[in-house]
Amino acid sequence: MNKVFAWIAFLFGVLYFILPLFGMAEFSLSMRRGVYSLDAYRVVLADPQFQATFTFSVVMALVTIAFGILLVVPTAYWVRLKLPGMRPWVEFVTLLPLVIPAIVVVFGYIRLYNTSSWLPMTGTATGTNILLMFGYSMLSLPYMYRAVDTGLRAIDVATLTEAAQSMGAGWGTILARVILPNVLPAVLSGAFLTLAIVIGEFTMAALLDRPAFGPYMQILGANKAYEPAALAVIAFAITWACMGLIQLSTRFSKHTRAMS
Amino acid sequence: MAFLDLSNLQKSFGQNHVVKDFSIAVEQGEFVSLLGPSGCGKTTVLRMVGGFETPSAGSITIDGRDVTGLRPNQRAIGMVFQSYALFPNLTVGQNVAFGLKVAGVGRAERDARVAEMLDLIGLADLGARYPFQLSGGQQQRVALARALAPRPKVLLLDEPLSALDAKIRVSLRTEIRAIQKRLGITTIFVTHDQEEALSMSDRVVVMSGGRADQIGTPFEIYNAPATRFVAGFVGTLNTFDAVVTDPATGSVTLNGLPLALDRPLDAAKGATIGVALRPEAARLGRDPSREVVLPATITAVQFMGAVVRITAEVAGRRFDLDTFNRVDTPPPAVGGEAEISVGARDFILLGD
Amino acid sequence: MAETLRGRAANWLGLVPFIVFAVLFLILPTLYIVVGAFRTPEGAFTFQNIIGLNTASIRNAYWVSIKVSFMSALLGCAIGFAIAAAITLGSLPKRVRGPMITFSGVASNFAGVPLAFAFIATIGPAGLITMYLRTEWGINLRVYGWNLLSTWGLIVTYLFFQIPLMILIITPALDGLKREWREAAEVLGATGLQYWRMVAFPILFPSILGTMALLFANAFGAVATAIALTGPSLNIAPILLYAQIRGDVLGSPNLGYALAFGMIVITGLANTIYIVLRIRSERWLK
Ligand SMILES: Nc1ncnc2c1ncn2[C@@H]1O[C@H](COP(=O)(O)OP(=O)(O)OP(=O)(O)O)[C@@H](O)[C@H]1O
Ligand SMILES: [Mg+2]
Repeated sequence: MNKVFAWIAFLFGVLYFILPLFGMAEFSLSMRRGVYSLDAYRVVLADPQFQATFTFSVVMALVTIAFGILLVVPTAYWVRLKLPGMRPWVEFVTLLPLVIPAIVVVFGYIRLYNTSSWLPMTGTATGTNILLMFGYSMLSLPYMYRAVDTGLRAIDVATLTEAAQSMGAGWGTILARVILPNVLPAVLSGAFLTLAIVIGEFTMAALLDRPAFGPYMQILGANKAYEPAALAVIAFAITWACMGLIQLSTRFSKHTRAMS
Repeated sequence: MAFLDLSNLQKSFGQNHVVKDFSIAVEQGEFVSLLGPSGCGKTTVLRMVGGFETPSAGSITIDGRDVTGLRPNQRAIGMVFQSYALFPNLTVGQNVAFGLKVAGVGRAERDARVAEMLDLIGLADLGARYPFQLSGGQQQRVALARALAPRPKVLLLDEPLSALDAKIRVSLRTEIRAIQKRLGITTIFVTHDQEEALSMSDRVVVMSGGRADQIGTPFEIYNAPATRFVAGFVGTLNTFDAVVTDPATGSVTLNGLPLALDRPLDAAKGATIGVALRPEAARLGRDPSREVVLPATITAVQFMGAVVRITAEVAGRRFDLDTFNRVDTPPPAVGGEAEISVGARDFILLGD
Repeated sequence: MAETLRGRAANWLGLVPFIVFAVLFLILPTLYIVVGAFRTPEGAFTFQNIIGLNTASIRNAYWVSIKVSFMSALLGCAIGFAIAAAITLGSLPKRVRGPMITFSGVASNFAGVPLAFAFIATIGPAGLITMYLRTEWGINLRVYGWNLLSTWGLIVTYLFFQIPLMILIITPALDGLKREWREAAEVLGATGLQYWRMVAFPILFPSILGTMALLFANAFGAVATAIALTGPSLNIAPILLYAQIRGDVLGSPNLGYALAFGMIVITGLANTIYIVLRIRSERWLK
């Protein structure tokens, strides 16, 4: 009885996950009548818009990751080392993006940083890009912070710090040479998750009017039939790759821990 | 037929034969311990009685009812786990009431029984606490009360004391035994601590490799071990090889030294048999009331207060003996020669 | 004394970058919206914007949003729980667990625009299943009231990331159920159902509730999937807000703030309910 129920639940899950993927894959191959072909992919990949927006989003993701690491690693480290009492509060703030819808926050950006405000970031393309990058960092904050904080829990921050200080290392050296390498697997998994989130992100990019991959997909979806399915397959492959890389980096972390 | 009857139980996990032909008849109200080294199958036997493992062969009857194929919840058994296994979401009182509640016992009766059980374990005031607010010893007592509350026919305890620290362990084992006697409940107790098994039980089952090597009272197990394994596992033992010179009178030679064991031997003349002595059976010096005197060389002396543990070399073998401390007799010097007196009847004959 | 004071101030200095970032790009923007919801365009305090939300169309948008989020959270929890229980509690071969968890990691992050495309290609008007059922079995889903571009279409689509999210979060909690609890309950005479009702479920309840609130907020703020799936046609709160930000369809910027404020209140409420229930059901934990 239990077993039957378990199998039903499991198979239902498998079908629920597989069918849409199968549907989109099949659809993406059906551009030419009667035969399967890669036409949809060919059209999409040759589209200069695709290339431009995709590049834009990848670059945005990389910058966001760099900023996220610079912001989160020192903060999480510092809180663990010097302000353990503040940890619940910092954690609370990092979880807020899961509670406040992104569309509300970006609404606030548009009003707070418009051309007539005290900090007119949306006045220039570069300014808006920077604003978007901050927005993405905010979106990925819950994941990044948790990953790094979990990574820090596994090492003895205080002892490592004292050891480094006794050898005359400054804060920058400690962070870059001692702490970062130790939490690298955690940082990497946070980074790949950020990549997965940023590449397809739609709301912020669309409302800030940036030529990103998400809005491009949406526009294409409203106007074409087969190309969107091809895009969906590509996006899914990217997500899959990011998750695979996360698994790889956690496996790497187990490996190094076993060695030390 | 005995109250709890395990007959010819077998259990294999795949190729791994874990329990082999295990039989025991436990009388009503009896306290039986399963004693043995880690991995010998004690827990597996207990879990078969509890219904968590199905025997590969053999049968289990409780109070005349064959329960071999029944599920755990149909067996009327109480069980206490090493890790306490209290339900963390329920208070102490609710934990104790659990078995009664699922049996559909009414509120008033349930409350009365819970109060009675908490009283029994001496935690009458703690009914409203959650398990995490109790010490390990308290938690284990609650687990005992929970197991006993539905009036089970058999109580199973799987190393209930081994997660506790030494002091609590000793006090709780007296308490468990007292409660068991008071309620007269048939009990199987699993342990790998021989002191626990010997001090608490009516009978002890010494297990090795999935088999019951010996079943007997603590006195029998300690003084007349049936196999070399039992002799070696329970207590400390000095063992020797002796050559039989006359089976009828029990005469043997020990490393050339003739001695009489004062009992007929079941071995041919010239055969080698194993004999053994407990450390407390030997006495330093010549004692006229003891028949056997062994020459010895003292190799180590350990002064432990009330007891002095002396290690000597006897007949080319290491020999441990314990003597009580006495104000007028300082411990012997290491390296000195000495004599050790033993009663002929103190020798334990080792089987296979 | 002065030393330690200075030391403490220096400690706080390390937190400054984070505080500045959080204030500028998370807290201040949100506060701006909240404050704006209670102001007239001239800057005076008013409740008029909040009252202004009480129109049939806005009420309906909130209601549909809540319904979609709640149903997708509820179903996501239930189905995800069943699958997680199936792969953790030992009724299935151990081999299926790893792939299922990995896949859940991927699927829970596969949201937004491409997810909508996948569902359109599958059960949209010309989707794979739709066409298959029509040509092979003569079943026209439309006749049975199925429409992907509807409330239920949105729910079914959201479930694609809600279910795996639940699986990911609840699996560790299920692993935390000790085997001895189940055995203790069983030997005390409890049936499997009684064990679940009296022990396992109460222990898991906080985690389930927490995930439910998370899934609710997750669905409530989802804009991309909804827009890609239905365009601006479906009247739900995030799409309405999206349209308002782009083109002030409500005709009053401050009404837009109120609309956004309402969304914060609802997701905030979901999380408050979660925290309160969690505290109440966790009396037995440290
Ligand atoms: N479910 C199982 N599947 C496979 N092998 C098992 C299983 N349960 C127990 N065993 C094996 O059976 C043997 C006996 O185990 P059991 O738990 O009964 O030992 P034990 O005497 O209780 O030991 P301990 O003192 O360490 O608790 C062990 O070798 C163990 O590895
Ligand atoms: Mg055991």
